Amino acid sequence: MQEVPTGMTEPVLAVRNLTVRLPRGADRENAIEGISFDIGPREIVCIVGESGSGKSVTAQAVIGLLPKRDLVVTNGETLLQGEDTTKATIHRLRELRGTRMGMIFQEPMTALNPVQRVGQQIAEVLEIHTDLSAAEQRQRVLEIMTAVQLPDPHQMIDAYPHQLSGGQRQRIMIATALILDPALLIADEPTTALDVTTQAQILRLIKEMQTRRNTGVMFITHDFGVVSEIADRVVVMQHGRVVEQGTRDEVLTRPREAYTKMLVAAVPSLVPPNRVAVVGEVALEAKGLSKTYGGRTFFNRNARVVKAAQNVNFKIRRGETLGIVGESGSGKTTVARCVARLIEPSDGSILIDGLDVAHLPERDLRRHRRNIQIVFQDPYRSLNPRRTVGQSIVEGPMNFGMSRDDALAKARELMGLVGLAPDALDRYPHQFSGGQRQRICIARALAMSPTLLIADEAVSALDVSVQAQVLELLDDIRKKFQLAVLFITHDLRVAAQICDRIAVMKNGVVVEEGSTVDVFRHPQHDYTKALFDAAPGRMFGVKQSIVA
Amino acid sequence: MVSIDAATPVRRRRSVWSTVLRNPSVIFGGSIALVMLVVAILAPFLGTRDPAEINPSARNQKPGYVAMVRDDEGKRVPVAYRLGSDSLGRDIYSRVIYGARVSLIVGVTVAVISVFIGLIIGMIAGYVRWLDGIIMRFMDGLMAIPEILLAIALVSLSRAGLPAVIIAIVIPQVPRVVRLVRSVVLSIREEPYVESAITVGTPIPTLLFRHVLPNTTAPLIVQGTFICASAILVEAILSFLGIGIPPEVPTWGNIMAEGRTYFRILPHNILYPGIALALAVLAINMLGDGLRDTLDPRFAKRF
Repeated sequence: MQEVPTGMTEPVLAVRNLTVRLPRGADRENAIEGISFDIGPREIVCIVGESGSGKSVTAQAVIGLLPKRDLVVTNGETLLQGEDTTKATIHRLRELRGTRMGMIFQEPMTALNPVQRVGQQIAEVLEIHTDLSAAEQRQRVLEIMTAVQLPDPHQMIDAYPHQLSGGQRQRIMIATALILDPALLIADEPTTALDVTTQAQILRLIKEMQTRRNTGVMFITHDFGVVSEIADRVVVMQHGRVVEQGTRDEVLTRPREAYTKMLVAAVPSLVPPNRVAVVGEVALEAKGLSKTYGGRTFFNRNARVVKAAQNVNFKIRRGETLGIVGESGSGKTTVARCVARLIEPSDGSILIDGLDVAHLPERDLRRHRRNIQIVFQDPYRSLNPRRTVGQSIVEGPMNFGMSRDDALAKARELMGLVGLAPDALDRYPHQFSGGQRQRICIARALAMSPTLLIADEAVSALDVSVQAQVLELLDDIRKKFQLAVLFITHDLRVAAQICDRIAVMKNGVVVEEGSTVDVFRHPQHDYTKALFDAAPGRMFGVKQSIVA
Repeated sequence: MVSIDAATPVRRRRSVWSTVLRNPSVIFGGSIALVMLVVAILAPFLGTRDPAEINPSARNQKPGYVAMVRDDEGKRVPVAYRLGSDSLGRDIYSRVIYGARVSLIVGVTVAVISVFIGLIIGMIAGYVRWLDGIIMRFMDGLMAIPEILLAIALVSLSRAGLPAVIIAIVIPQVPRVVRLVRSVVLSIREEPYVESAITVGTPIPTLLFRHVLPNTTAPLIVQGTFICASAILVEAILSFLGIGIPPEVPTWGNIMAEGRTYFRILPHNILYPGIALALAVLAINMLGDGLRDTLDPRFAKRF
């Protein structure tokens, strides 16, 4: 295969001065404004930006999927091999999609039709764009399924989407997008919904397929780890504008613009800082904690039993952060919910101040609830939309007999502590951004003066820059109040930075536990090693911390 | 230390009611229902006579008939039967106007009572896990019996009258409300803000009233409207079958039942109360549709 230096040939996609207008009443006039960039053949261009930066709108404009009426291209062009797709007719666009540009989406679950065999869904592209016979189509489908490394294509071609794992579904999507060898592949956060180990495989696959087929890839992501793993060039977007673009190394190691510098600096490093082991009294101890779902019911005597957590043991000292890391379904959230007693554990004990709260009935439990507080993942659902922030914060202290005035005074003080203006108390949650709401949730938890704070993926829904601020806040309050923190996360970078000790969970069992530095430097268990190997952009963080 | 952020107002929510009052179904259905309400309240002042007054000399008259009646001083005065008279010489116009009172009372009372009872039972079923199965199987049992059949059976257990009719219509409606409330409670109790309230030690009754109940208002207003329309219809059916409210009380069902015998010669006996009934049910259902579309798009497909 001949080596084509990137940037020297005709670009497959040239976006020129593209502007897309937002409907009236939105927070800004244009979704994207005057955007220009090129994607060459065999080149992966990552479009990075925080939520609302306009990266998905750019992709939709290129492929002609902008919601009609709401978003209108008012200026500029998107030249796909010289042909402007923004001016193409619907008919022409339909021809182009599949043959010259393909797209894969974030959610492989909903992007496939659940009642159609996956083989048929891939073959549909051939049916629309080619004159191949049914037998030839099947042959082509089998070839591409082999190419995307699906196991046993002869069997899988007749499977339904629900019989496949998330990673396999995403491979089907890639196969569908690439079967006609399009010049351009648009991937909109294709690995965000996947676990790290699966993500690593999919990234490797995209890179491999793209090199072999000379495809130009427009890869949209918010994850700098992913960028450092696969990008040739990077386009950084903010508020609908391109802030900076350049080669991967330029942007990641020598960013020119302040915004890019801030973004890159906000990405937590995978190298944990050295921490002094916390010695102090044990705030909470879990012994043999287990949670089993299902089992015999009246109607179903041999129902499937799911062991969500099995024999989990840990201690958290005052002023210490224990991280529980694991992929989806590993049981980490189950453990958090058991400890917070939102569900009753099937077995084991939870000792807090010497008292076992694992099996207390609700009536006796209420008195002890103030000791354990929790901050949830989704900042948009964690606050009652009908109640003011102040009402939400004073609810807890007032349940424990504090007067409204005292509770409000405390709430005002806490607002300052979490970095919000005191007048925020009179506002409603919808007036705040995600990061601000998460701070409000932290204030609500602190109002109870808890011994243990559980953060259940508390920063996972936030943009990196906001994430960094919330993490800093969590660390501040841990020191200030000598809080014990149970930090649940799937994000190894976050865990490396904030946790004193780490427990790695898989299939409901803790496979490894130790100080963060030990676990990251010398992982013992095979699964832990696999997990760390899969973390995207390992070198990225390392280089950074050396530079810093 | 973290910096102090001023709260940025994201977007002011437009008042729900301004959206509701702009919906054409709400405007149309609502105004007809409102006119009916005014007519029912002002019934004595709309040129009506005592709806139970019998006039043997003016039986079975067509609309527009004018009878000469002696007044208290013995003078003969003309009395118009605008919509004709029935087989006892009662004025159909007055009876239809007064009939609106009974229909609306039944409709609104049934809606309020069944929503109230359903709300309480539904919250218990949705929140107290072990009672859920028992309550819901009982409700399923009630729902399995056709609404009208159950109402007929219930009303025949006691002496006919307004309270008996109302109770008989309420009971078949309750399970529908219970199902709705339970489904709302089940989805809301999983919300992180409810779980947060649990972890800050909010007692269950407070939790239900403060965090769960407000979420049921929109779907319940919608459901209540549909129940109101359905109750008016069921009341008319019971009266028509002669097992509802006593026949001397003017209700649309009673007027129709009375006029059934001579339907082919004197269709107005059935026609006018029929029109009133159809209009009332249509108006209230349209109001309900409009409310559902504006208040609660999420529940639009649930009914």
